[in-house]
Amino acid sequence: MKILVPVKRVLDYNVKVRVKADQSGVDLANVKMSMNPFDEIAVEEAVRLKEKGIATEIVAVSIGPAQAKDTIITALTIGADRGILIQTDQDIEPLAVAKLLKAVAEAEQPDLIIMGKQAIDGDNNATGQMLSTLLDWPQATFASKVVVENGEAHVTREVDGGLQTLGVKLPAVITTDLRLNEPRYASLPNIMKAKKKPLEIKAITDYAVDVVPRLKVLKVTEPPKRTAGIKVADAAELVANLKSAGVL
Amino acid sequence: MAVLVIADHDGAHLRDTTNKTLTAALQLSTDVDVLVYGDGVQSIADAAAKLSGVRKVLLSQSADLKQDIAEDVAALVTGLAANYDVVAIPASSAGKNFAPRVAALLDVSLLSDVMEVVDANTFVRPIYAGNALETVQTSEAKKVMTVRTTAFKAAAEAEGGSATVETVAAPASKAGTRFISEEKVVSDRPELGAAKIVVSGGRALGSKEEFDAVIDPLADKLGAAVGASRAAVDAGYAPNDYQVGQTGKVVAPALYIAVGISGAIQHLAGMKDSKVIVAINKDPEAPIFSVADYGLVADYKTAVPDLMKALG
Ligand SMILES: Cc1cc2nc3c(=O)[nH]c(=O)nc-3n(C[C@H](O)[C@H](O)[C@H](O)COP(=O)(O)OP(=O)(O)OC[C@H]3O[C@@H](n4cnc5c(N)ncnc54)[C@H](O)[C@@H]3O)c2cc1C
Ligand SMILES: Nc1ncnc2c1ncn2[C@@H]1O[C@H](COP(=O)(O)O)[C@@H](O)[C@H]1O
Repeated sequence: MKILVPVKRVLDYNVKVRVKADQSGVDLANVKMSMNPFDEIAVEEAVRLKEKGIATEIVAVSIGPAQAKDTIITALTIGADRGILIQTDQDIEPLAVAKLLKAVAEAEQPDLIIMGKQAIDGDNNATGQMLSTLLDWPQATFASKVVVENGEAHVTREVDGGLQTLGVKLPAVITTDLRLNEPRYASLPNIMKAKKKPLEIKAITDYAVDVVPRLKVLKVTEPPKRTAGIKVADAAELVANLKSAGVL
Repeated sequence: MAVLVIADHDGAHLRDTTNKTLTAALQLSTDVDVLVYGDGVQSIADAAAKLSGVRKVLLSQSADLKQDIAEDVAALVTGLAANYDVVAIPASSAGKNFAPRVAALLDVSLLSDVMEVVDANTFVRPIYAGNALETVQTSEAKKVMTVRTTAFKAAAEAEGGSATVETVAAPASKAGTRFISEEKVVSDRPELGAAKIVVSGGRALGSKEEFDAVIDPLADKLGAAVGASRAAVDAGYAPNDYQVGQTGKVVAPALYIAVGISGAIQHLAGMKDSKVIVAINKDPEAPIFSVADYGLVADYKTAVPDLMKALG
């Protein structure tokens, strides 16, 4: 079984977000970039399926700038077998990402696509569902447990109110939630090995996909700041304050 | 311009997220219809018909729709979308599951988590866990959006109600996905998303027993919903759907009490729009204090019992 794992290069989740003064976007110059945490979980899950003997090959694919190569190398370090970078400096919207990934899936013919439920930069939470729709493959989003057997994936999903388990026929698209697994740390030998694994560079023009942005970003602003209030000495003072604030 | 709002409900009652999505929709148009889907949900459709500003309620029922399979719901909504310019969906876990499918089927973008309607084509949405706000303009003829309901007030309920309820056929289910089971957390407390007061516990609680023994009684005393940080959920102190934050629930209650939560940006993303924030944390440097209106630097082990006493 072959698994395709789309991975996105994003601002590291520990880095403080700075909005540019000219409101054109978020400042990404000279800051740490990493693999989207949900995608790391997706790669880890694929690698575990390979270690269980269920998967045979894992292909990591990223759409992004030249540096997204590093993101793919991270995936190869965790245990993916090869990578594809569709290199572009343009910001590609989820619908266009889904269309590009569909083209990759048609060429690669995976049995399963595991990807993040959301990229923590745009917070769209859309690409997996769109890809499933375009491929007309079943979807199981927000996965906290995946069991593959008899050509079907049993996916436990984190939903409002609790958990839901679905059976999806393969090929299918699964998106990961945080509790699916805890990605392993990269070992030095694996880092060395990763650098030797195949990494193919493609261009957007290699695919017959219209990636012209549909949305125009007029501005990016800082949210209204919340200011720190007061420290209270004890519970009684707290309750008195809450009463006068009218919330109790 | 006509807008179709997709109702969010728990199988018995409309959630007020429906009402709030309606508020967003009414900022776009006066021609707003509401779709209620599920099984045995006639009474929910009747309740939706009473919401002020609703032109018509569409009711679609089948056993399949009850399971909220994204493929089925998206097929239903996309079929109806022909008659509308905008489809507005509450950003619940169900909404987030099927909304992108509707957009893909219509070959349009998804406007995720709309928190402000600037004009008919311009919307504000949070990015980077709410650390930045993006104002986007679309020229697409059809718009599909999920609505961050904490950013909108609930529309008032009209006297007697005037909208009609019209039945629409449910599309045949897709074979690729089957429902196996569900585990719903049953609780007598208010729902996290709708509660006026939320009490959340973090990693500091240390165990499920401690979480239940400390957080639950405080929540019950206040008539509050219970929330948790990701660390508390990951450690099994609280169920997954208690998680507040960037990747959990977004809440904006009148009062949010964080107990033993450090205040990582991913947690703040889910609660910083609360009206009043209280933090109980023994570390005076904890980032949660930077957003708290009232901070109590103390060990929760003494602070929470004291608080219970002070509440009387
Ligand atoms: C992609 C991604 C998404 C995430 N999404 C979310 C999300 O949606 N929601 C979320 O919450 N987190 C999320 N996180 C995790 C987040 O970064 C933090 O790790 C998490 O919020 C920490 O939880 P905590 O505050 O309970 O634990 P900690 O950070 O460990 O804080 C515990 C706090 O308890 C205090 N404390 C300890 N003992 C006591 C005591 N006896 N009395 C009083 N105070 C005490 C400590 O001083 C400390 O401040 C996400 C992370 C990533 C990478
Ligand atoms: N540029 C990209 N390259 C590779 N994968 C992506 C890209 N953008 C989004 N994805 C995948 O889609 C998921 C959801 O992203 P989003 O819909 O943007 O929140 C991510 O977790 C990735 O797995």
